[in-house]
Amino acid sequence: MISLDWYLIVAAALFVIGLFGVLSRKNAVAILMGVELMLNAVNINLLAFWRYRAPTEPVGMAFAIIVFAVAAAEVAVGLALFIAVYRRFNSVVADDINLMKW
Amino acid sequence: MTAMQIVFILTAVVTLFAAFRVVTTPNMIHAALWLIVALFGVAVFYILLSASFLAVAQVIVYIGAIAILMMFVIMLTRREMRDRGPQTGPQWKWAAILSALLFGGLVWMVESMALPAAPVGDVPESSIADLGKALVSPNGFVIPFEVASVLLLAALIGAVYVAWTRRNS
Repeated sequence: MISLDWYLIVAAALFVIGLFGVLSRKNAVAILMGVELMLNAVNINLLAFWRYRAPTEPVGMAFAIIVFAVAAAEVAVGLALFIAVYRRFNSVVADDINLMKW
Repeated sequence: MTAMQIVFILTAVVTLFAAFRVVTTPNMIHAALWLIVALFGVAVFYILLSASFLAVAQVIVYIGAIAILMMFVIMLTRREMRDRGPQTGPQWKWAAILSALLFGGLVWMVESMALPAAPVGDVPESSIADLGKALVSPNGFVIPFEVASVLLLAALIGAVYVAWTRRNS
C-alpha cells in the first residue's frame, strides 16, 4: 500500500516546480501555467488527506471541487487580462508590463 | 512492491518530468502540451486516491478547458515571443534556490509528522452520491457552492468585459 507521505512529497515537488516557473518565467502565460501546477499540487494534498483520514466524509472532495472552480475563474480572468494587455503593449512579457510600477 | 506502488512511481516520474518541462521549455506551445501531460498525471493520482469523479472533472475542466484556453492565448499572443532565446529572467537562480529550499523544508516537515501508512477505511460506494447531496444540502456546502457559482459568473462577465474590443475608440 502507498503511504500518505509519498503523496505529500510528490505534491511538494509539483508545488516547488510550479513555484520555480512562476518566479523565473518571462512570459505571462507561462507564469499562469506555473500557478496551475501549484493549484494541482494543493489538490493532490487535499485529496490525499481526505482518502487517508476521512474517506467516509465528502468534505475533502467538496474542497477540491471549490479549488477547481476558483482555478477556472482565475485562468479565465488572467488570460482575458493578457489578451487586453497584449492589445495595448503588443507584448505579454512580464518585464514590459510596468505601467503601474512605481 | 505492489502493482499500485509501481503505478504510483511511474505516474510520479511522468508527472514531475512533464511539470519540469512546462517550466523550462522555451517553446510555449510545447509547454502547454507538457502541461496537459502533467494534468493527466494528476488525474491518475486522483484515480489512485479513489476519487474517480475528481479525476473525470480534472480531465474535463483542466485539460478540456483550461489547457486548451491557454493554447488559444499562446497562439493569439505569439508575435513578441518567438520561442527563441532564454525564456527565463535573470532571477532564475534565486528562484531555483528558493524552490529547492522550500522543497527541502516541506520534505523535512512531512517526514517529521506522524502520518498514517494506510487509509483508515475504504471509500464508500456511495461517495459520489454523498458528495452531490452534500454540495446542495443546507447542512453541507451549499453556501461555498453558491459562492463558487457567483465567482464563476463574475469571472465570465469580467473576462468578456476585459477582453472586449471597442470598435470606436
